[in-house]
Amino acid sequence: MDIATFISRFIPRKLWVPGFLLVLLIVLATLPSYAGSNRILFLSATTLMYIALAVSWAMFSGTTGYMSLAVAAFFGIGIYTTAILRPLVPLGVVFTAAGIVSFLIALLVGLVTLRLKGIYFAIFTFGLVVLIGQLAVYYDIHVLGVKGHPVAPTTYPIMYYCMLGLAVATVLVVYLIRRSRLGLALLSIGGNEEAAAHMGVNTTMVKVLSFAISAIFMGIAGAIFGARQSFIDPGATFSVGYSFSPVLMAVFGGMGQLYGPVIGAAIFSLLDYWLSGRFPNYYALIFGVILVLVILYMPGGLVGLMPKLRNGLGGVIAKLRKGNGAGQHANT
Amino acid sequence: MRILEGRDVTKYFGGLAAVSHVDFHVDQGEILGLIGPNGAGKTTLFNLISAALPLGSGEIRFKGQKLNGLKPHQICKMGIARTFQQTKVFADMPVLQNVLVGAFFGKTRRVSGADAAKEASQALELVGLSAMSATPTRDLTLVNQKRTELARALATKPELLLLDELMAGLNPTEVSEAMELVKEIRDRGVTIFMVEHVMKAIMGISGRIVVLHHGEKIAEGTCSEISCNKQVIDIYLGEEAHAGG
Amino acid sequence: MIEALPGVLINGCLVGGVLALIALALNIQYGVGRVFNIAHGEFIMLGAFITYTVYVGYGAVAGGIDPLISLAISGPLLFIVGFVLYRTLFTSLRTRAPSPAAFEGNSLLAAFGLIFVIQNVAILIWTGRTRAYNWEYDFPVPFAGTVFRFSQIIAFALAIVIGIVFYIFVNRTRLGKAIRAAAQDPATAGLMGININMVLALCFGFGALLAGIAGSLLSMYSSISEVMGLGYAIGAIIVMVLGGLGSIPGSFIGGFIIGIIGSIVTYVEPALVVPAYYALFLILLLVRPQGLLGK
Repeated sequence: MDIATFISRFIPRKLWVPGFLLVLLIVLATLPSYAGSNRILFLSATTLMYIALAVSWAMFSGTTGYMSLAVAAFFGIGIYTTAILRPLVPLGVVFTAAGIVSFLIALLVGLVTLRLKGIYFAIFTFGLVVLIGQLAVYYDIHVLGVKGHPVAPTTYPIMYYCMLGLAVATVLVVYLIRRSRLGLALLSIGGNEEAAAHMGVNTTMVKVLSFAISAIFMGIAGAIFGARQSFIDPGATFSVGYSFSPVLMAVFGGMGQLYGPVIGAAIFSLLDYWLSGRFPNYYALIFGVILVLVILYMPGGLVGLMPKLRNGLGGVIAKLRKGNGAGQHANT
Repeated sequence: MRILEGRDVTKYFGGLAAVSHVDFHVDQGEILGLIGPNGAGKTTLFNLISAALPLGSGEIRFKGQKLNGLKPHQICKMGIARTFQQTKVFADMPVLQNVLVGAFFGKTRRVSGADAAKEASQALELVGLSAMSATPTRDLTLVNQKRTELARALATKPELLLLDELMAGLNPTEVSEAMELVKEIRDRGVTIFMVEHVMKAIMGISGRIVVLHHGEKIAEGTCSEISCNKQVIDIYLGEEAHAGG
Repeated sequence: MIEALPGVLINGCLVGGVLALIALALNIQYGVGRVFNIAHGEFIMLGAFITYTVYVGYGAVAGGIDPLISLAISGPLLFIVGFVLYRTLFTSLRTRAPSPAAFEGNSLLAAFGLIFVIQNVAILIWTGRTRAYNWEYDFPVPFAGTVFRFSQIIAFALAIVIGIVFYIFVNRTRLGKAIRAAAQDPATAGLMGININMVLALCFGFGALLAGIAGSLLSMYSSISEVMGLGYAIGAIIVMVLGGLGSIPGSFIGGFIIGIIGSIVTYVEPALVVPAYYALFLILLLVRPQGLLGK
């Protein structure tokens, strides 16, 4: 008898994934009590942040094939929202505002560009971070008359819990979307947009809506991140690097499954933390090379390698998935 | 009743008229064939009807309603579905999921998951793919991919079905099966407008035939009229043709 | 302010000439190779730094090679970089991609990754400080109430010359015709005996060469830094959209228009140049996405 059958005697197969997730959630929720050093909290919060960014990026770009290079723009909008509003309103309002502003801007960008061929969308989003960054700097200097914003940073535990909540919410929302009509529509657009349109899918609205929804999470992630800063300078806030990392994480992890970007984010977040301490000049270069190599040789990401892993681990993973797969349409 | 009517339909690409002042109509319940040499404008005409391309000039009416300016998804919801000359299946999805897209989005009203699943399996059964519903579509043979595309179109519950070279690439047995299938679909109340090169097929099941050449309609009539039409025969000399019923 | 107008316009033309060259290079890579090389700015940056290195000297390299002569170094070096990149990375992507849309998406992401690779290699080599130099033959040129620099005029003149030479090359030579055939219909061109992979790689390399030359020219009158590429890439993108994606004459006209607009906005409020570009971008996408001369 193999491991899978053995365990299934005590816990029914259907409960394996939900059970695992519940345990994971409890472990994460109680983290500050048993591993509450600031360093660990910051690292964990950053990992959760990248999970939210990678998952929300993959939700739109991974399914439709429309490459958004604008994660940093919405992330920066979130940070800047914190800079402006934090002194005035409680955190909850700041985060909500960041989500709304990101949603509206993404809506505008989407309405203009997603009616057209995918390349227009990509190149428009490419420069978006520079555009919004320059606008923010201009606003600071000429309208507000300030050079950056000092902010009272929140505590590490608060930042951690907010990021945890965001990551959980992002994964949950994207999970629900994947199983919904919207998710099916997104996949159909990625499969063949013209055919999808001819089968009744309002492709433009689906794209615009999904893109805008994905921006919400990026904006809130930025807002939470900004809440931990003591000084926010829009010149440094809008950095292309924040567009790069989530893309690397999602592509490496694999966009065919929801947990692909999660794994990618976890791996690279830790790798980033470890490498930036020891090889500060080389790790960004390494990450860039990894992205190129992954696109070349591993386009399905880690998730795409699963079938090979399946054989290698003696069928355990296959059994896990088969037991959980009844009744779903197979691509989730 | 004329379910589809086109008047003076014209489309230019640059200086070239792909479709030139074509009048046509499709009667409800018939199978109308559209033939013509390569480049005659047949697929372009389909693209104009389904709004894959914007109409140059003229008008197309479906059940009396003008189609000008509508988008493909709106035309689908009105009741026109189509297949494509080069199959456009959703390759990474299993067959069932392909058909579900049609079932969910092809109608104006909101469809429940259960209803969509039911309609999808019915469509798959009709085309004979029930056994393969979980297979990834990219692993299918060409004929089965065409069946998937057909089932997907049927799942939108169309009143008019545009078939673009359904038989292309099929062997003679598959062609006969396809012919029976098309007749069965018509017998269930769907009007058929089909482009075809395989003469045996189109002559065998069409009621009427429209012939395009260089974007213009040069003949229209029953199969026997068309197969005796000197102009049509001249055009097809040199083409691989199996004219005559 | 009206007195400044002629100076601003001329400055815009000077800048526009080089912008046109940059956009031309990007258009070759996209129109023929179907790769939208958003890492284009990094090739410009490399050209600028190569010229700086051989003129001013850096590390093991003694200086002294005039910037205009360094074009003969930066051009071919960047050509090799572009050619090799296309033959290895993008050709692989093209053959492995399940569809043209997938190739476009993948090559976009790969180019995005390249930005970070090239930028960080440059930072490793040149330590990430903004640099500038004074060309020994440079001198101020007062005209129409503004003072230009001779280097700007030289850069402009060279950009125009290169553009004309390229135009003749594409329209009159056999290789040029092969390139146009490959751009229009790669499959058929391949059947007619044209080595598609070689032609596409040559074009991509040639686009990189032009970018490198543009960077070298820029370095003669602008300061340079390892992160300068992004701004030029964005400018080139907007020039391309204005002129029409894939249209080479379009990118020339677009380059001048954008150069002039940029010059005017810089005169009024330099901090709003990119927002002005994006406002134009937005309007274009709403009103005429195919640009001036696009299909």
